[in-house]
Amino acid sequence: MTSWLRRQRALAEYTLAALARRRIKNTGLLLIYAMVIFVVASATLFATALRKEAEVVLAEAPEVIIQNLVMGRHDLIPGDVIAEIDGIRGVASIKGRLWGYFYDRLNGANYTLMVPLDPAMAPPAGQAIIGESLPRVREMPWETAPLFLSRTPGDLVRFDIAKRLSSDSALVSTDLILLNEANFRAFFELPEDVYTDIALSIRNPREIDTIVEKIGRLLPNARLVTRDEIARTYQKLFSWREGIMVLLAGASVLAFVIFAAEKASGLSAEETREIGILKAIGWDTGDVIAMKLWEGGLVSFGAFLLGTVLAYLHVFAFDAGLFASVLKGWSVIYPDFALTPGIDGLQLTALFFLTVLPYMAATIVPIWRAATADPDQVMR
Amino acid sequence: MILQTPILALLLASALASAVALWAAWFGIRLLQHWDLASGSQRQLDLERRTELVSTLFGFVMLIEIAALFLLVFNADRMAALFVGAMCAVGTFNVNGWGFPALYLKITLFFAAALWLILDRVDRLGRDFPLTRLKFATILGIAPLVLAGFATELAFFLNMKTDVITSCCSKLFTPSNEGFAAEMTGLARAHALWLLGAAGGAVLVSGAAIVLRKRGERLFALAGAAFFFAALTAIVSVISLYVYDHPNHHCPFCLLKREYGYFGYALYVPLFAGTALALATGLLKTVANSDSLAGVQPKAIRHLTRLSLAGFALFGIAVLWSIATSQLILFG
Repeated sequence: MTSWLRRQRALAEYTLAALARRRIKNTGLLLIYAMVIFVVASATLFATALRKEAEVVLAEAPEVIIQNLVMGRHDLIPGDVIAEIDGIRGVASIKGRLWGYFYDRLNGANYTLMVPLDPAMAPPAGQAIIGESLPRVREMPWETAPLFLSRTPGDLVRFDIAKRLSSDSALVSTDLILLNEANFRAFFELPEDVYTDIALSIRNPREIDTIVEKIGRLLPNARLVTRDEIARTYQKLFSWREGIMVLLAGASVLAFVIFAAEKASGLSAEETREIGILKAIGWDTGDVIAMKLWEGGLVSFGAFLLGTVLAYLHVFAFDAGLFASVLKGWSVIYPDFALTPGIDGLQLTALFFLTVLPYMAATIVPIWRAATADPDQVMR
Repeated sequence: MILQTPILALLLASALASAVALWAAWFGIRLLQHWDLASGSQRQLDLERRTELVSTLFGFVMLIEIAALFLLVFNADRMAALFVGAMCAVGTFNVNGWGFPALYLKITLFFAAALWLILDRVDRLGRDFPLTRLKFATILGIAPLVLAGFATELAFFLNMKTDVITSCCSKLFTPSNEGFAAEMTGLARAHALWLLGAAGGAVLVSGAAIVLRKRGERLFALAGAAFFFAALTAIVSVISLYVYDHPNHHCPFCLLKREYGYFGYALYVPLFAGTALALATGLLKTVANSDSLAGVQPKAIRHLTRLSLAGFALFGIAVLWSIATSQLILFG
């Protein structure tokens, strides 16, 4: 074992020195390689961070949401349903939610208007709590400038600002306007005792399926959405977008692999001479191949490290400026949020498989060809 | 479903392995037909040169297959969140009929790859290509495995539908079921531990015989294989209970989850490595008997035995640790 280790150490040492001798050529290869890895790594890191963000946000969501359906479309749900469902065992709490969308003709943005579930959170009458991007898109001149919403031409409703939400929660609250219940019903001209939907929280997650089944029997027309379903959909969506990006980047990996194979097979006169000398002084084919594999390994490792670190910086320090819109989606008011930095071992391994394997595979044949040449032939 | 980075990586690795395996098998057939060490013909020289290339490439691919087993399992565990009813990797593998065949093929490939890599390594130590014929004959056996592995993997990933309700591990690993998993689960806990202890004793004794007396290699290989199955049975029947602190949760896959500190890897990696190395000692004893390996073979065998024993010891430590730190009291 020790002799084996010593041999590998000697090979690595020799390879590093050989690489340093052809500094410009190898740096070029390394940079291009790192660039390819950077693109793929950015996509996977970014998608992983988005998935994690969605997970964190959804952890607070209610376990089950009940929506009323009329003609297959979402409709208001009468409040007397609440008492009916409250009788089901295992339901920890049940609340009617009031929320809706408002299209702002001034700037083409859609706001989400909502009554907080917790009455203590609700603003006083005539006031609103607004999300992080509202002051931005409405260009509010000063901190406490009131918010005017116009439902129809000639109509104007004024809300004083009770509070602005911080950007910590921007992913979910960026377009939010929180009102109290009376203001909300008045603004949308809603009758009393109807709700947009009903949120259930269930204490034991294993009972969710049974409770959903019971509610389904009670309200055959309702649509029941569980938190797990929403989480699954988000995971799938982000994974799918990531996959598309990686597949597109696959083209550049392929191009790079062809480039690398080409480069490995077209050895310079100096390199062939070097191999010739090595073989003349007693290296056998296996040694030369091992040395060349070390070379490939060192270049791959360097490029992988460089590419991944650059991608990490790109995603977490520069908000993935290059292709964020592809992965996030876009809208007029998009939340301004910082991703939580994180690295996922599975993604890194997959990334390694996708970038380093093709390179190693493509260079082995040219390496062998160079290594098996007879010394007298190459030195002549 | 197929557009997920780890899935793309696995498929790429398998496709690459299949291409290399096909080519290596084709070369293997030519080699078996024309290999004649006594001849100095151009063809023989050419074959000798090419063995270097094919061995290197195939060895590279075998290394990838070993890594791919872990990627496959880890990814399956991660994907469980996407399927209705799945709690761990079992649910993912159960999502269609191809999941478990793909896993079993990958495990078989893992052992085949490990044995082949050791053969290759020993072959290179001899001066006159002592194991080359055998090496390429085994490639002919491994290549179909690689291809079948790729095909099942592809079928598994292509047929993944997230709206299918899959079954959770608690449905599979319960004594009231029929089948192999249920048999393992239903085995009395004390029996499973005794079985594991007996197999461990056999491994220790036969391993010591190799290191001290230079004999009993095949026995050690047999004991290693027996220990492997005893260990899997014990994991399902009793060790998992200790890890989960739960008297009825038998799943051998939930062990790999983050909730349990990825403890499963501390069990499975040394167990699989130890078993593969133990099998290799028996293999080397049986096949590596040529004169040019006379000095190499006993040393290699003893070395492999020590490593194998170390693997089994690590597994044993992990088991004892899980029992000692558990809140669960099953006996007494």
